[in-house]
Amino acid sequence: MLRFVVRRLLQLIPILFGLSILLFAWLRLLPGGPASALLGERSTPERVAAINHAYGLDQPVWVQYWRYLQRLVRLDFGQSIQNGRPVTEVITDQFPGTIELTMAALIFAVGVGVPLGYFAARRQGSAWDTVSVMGSLLGVTIPVFFLAFLLKYVFAVQLGWLPPSGRQDVRIDATHITNFYVLDGLLTRELDASWDAMQHLILPAIALGTIPLAIIVRITRASVLDVVNEDYVRTAEAKGLSTAVIRRRHVLRNAMLPVVTTIGLQLGLLLSGAILTETVFAFPGIGQATTGAIFNKDYALLQGIILMIAVLYVVINLVVDILYGVLDPRVRVR
Amino acid sequence: MTTATQVDAAVGVFTGEDVAAGRWSEAFKRLRRNPAAILGAVLVLLFVLVAVFAPLLAPHDPNDQLLLGEVRPGFIPGPREGFPLGADALGRDELSRVLYGSRQSLLVGVVSTLVGLVIGLLLGGMAGAFGGRVDNVLMRVTDLMLSVPGLLTAITISVILGQSLTSVMIAIAIVNVPIFARLLRGSMLAQRESDYVLAARSIGLRRRTIVLSHVVPNSLGPVIVQATLTLATSIIDAAALSFLGLGNPDDTRPEWGQMLSDAQNLLGTRAALAFYPCIAIVLAALGFTLLGEALREALDPKFRR
Repeated sequence: MLRFVVRRLLQLIPILFGLSILLFAWLRLLPGGPASALLGERSTPERVAAINHAYGLDQPVWVQYWRYLQRLVRLDFGQSIQNGRPVTEVITDQFPGTIELTMAALIFAVGVGVPLGYFAARRQGSAWDTVSVMGSLLGVTIPVFFLAFLLKYVFAVQLGWLPPSGRQDVRIDATHITNFYVLDGLLTRELDASWDAMQHLILPAIALGTIPLAIIVRITRASVLDVVNEDYVRTAEAKGLSTAVIRRRHVLRNAMLPVVTTIGLQLGLLLSGAILTETVFAFPGIGQATTGAIFNKDYALLQGIILMIAVLYVVINLVVDILYGVLDPRVRVR
Repeated sequence: MTTATQVDAAVGVFTGEDVAAGRWSEAFKRLRRNPAAILGAVLVLLFVLVAVFAPLLAPHDPNDQLLLGEVRPGFIPGPREGFPLGADALGRDELSRVLYGSRQSLLVGVVSTLVGLVIGLLLGGMAGAFGGRVDNVLMRVTDLMLSVPGLLTAITISVILGQSLTSVMIAIAIVNVPIFARLLRGSMLAQRESDYVLAARSIGLRRRTIVLSHVVPNSLGPVIVQATLTLATSIIDAAALSFLGLGNPDDTRPEWGQMLSDAQNLLGTRAALAFYPCIAIVLAALGFTLLGEALREALDPKFRR
């Protein structure tokens, strides 16, 4: 097992290395060159020269790349041109919101999707099965921003059941320690703040979680159908094991393998979907920071965000791979 | 937003040695009996026809600010005689704009899928045919590309290229390349192990003949399925990019994602303005998805459940 984990960790190195080269190239390709791109509208010839010197842009390319790598390792992405704050600070401020939203969406997708898929498979051919298959097909095609608009319009604008935007009501004087608002509320015992943050999460999480939900329903259904026809399930039934034991130990454990992979893959979709969902719900997270950065040509911030998401995505895939190895020992040997 | 594992999983599909011609006609028969396929085909046909004949179908010029005089803060004219969907915030006929919008979507979808397909197939074909070092290098590159979420890659590329429809097309095409490359390569590797390739080699056919007339045609099934599904995701991704403000800044050529982005601040005034372009995007994407899924089922009985 340890060898498997180490091997997967080593495979991470070329990917991260490749990413750093791509990002370095990207910065150089930006309209007007990196210095004026980083300075934005404040760019004057003197400032460009100063930046060029400070970042060593007057040096040969490989020296520049080496320095760039050194800065990356120190997590120094420069300053946001929007307010002069260090990019790292902006990211640590905004990321917890996105992580909260992504987790909520994932809980919704898995919590609803796996049981739905399981029961659709067990009642194969029933009306219930047909509805969930059709529903999951439609769910895959609906763009996340459409669903976001629809939910916001119906439940927030028209019915007024849930808040239409933001992460927390500004009138609540909440203490923020970790910037995970739900957690903060629980830690400081400001339960109303926590509850308010949860209410703000419901609509965006459903919007964001629906596509993964649809995919999880389909994969669970197909995978359970594969497993229930296996000989070992028939054997278990024949020896008179209870349905609950068969379901847990024989069917679900084996059927969950493809589902785990799918969930891992969905996280990438969730991260990019978050960019769109946050825009619709004016939800302060990394997605909103991204749109702000695009709109204001804040390339320093954009660069930091891209690297953060890419690294996160690569790490998540690694974790999924390792988890897969835990669930299915056969994978480790390959 | 397909990753390496997903693509590889989609491949294990055609390892069969069935005669290609027979399979295609069989598949077509199955397709005609599938209501989902027919619905998908109708939606796709409708979408293409609307895009081609938009100037004939649209009741007004999409850029004429016919009802501008009635637009006030907090009020936008709704549906009425001659304007079935009402007007947008600048007093232009909404229906005409939605109809014209199909042109940009179709253009982006088709161009970015085709460009991604051609480049992807070339790379994947090279990897599959030569194997060894070529294969290794190409696959590491696709790994790298698939290691970042597709929409993010598309955003970074279109930021370099600037705001335009062309940059959206290029960005999405690049995102599509590794998907097709891995798909064809995986499919070809599966073919290479098959008995009929062994048979072809044993009767002394040249490698080029085997690859071009046996391996490639038999690997095309999953590629065609993927292309249909990619058309749907490309249309959605293009709308997402314009929605984020990376599309064509000039709004004389209506585009659904941009219309949506313009409408998002008007939810309180006229929410319908956000829904018309959304529904158009969903219908177009649904058409291609239904068709693609049905095609997959028709070509591979394993998926029929």
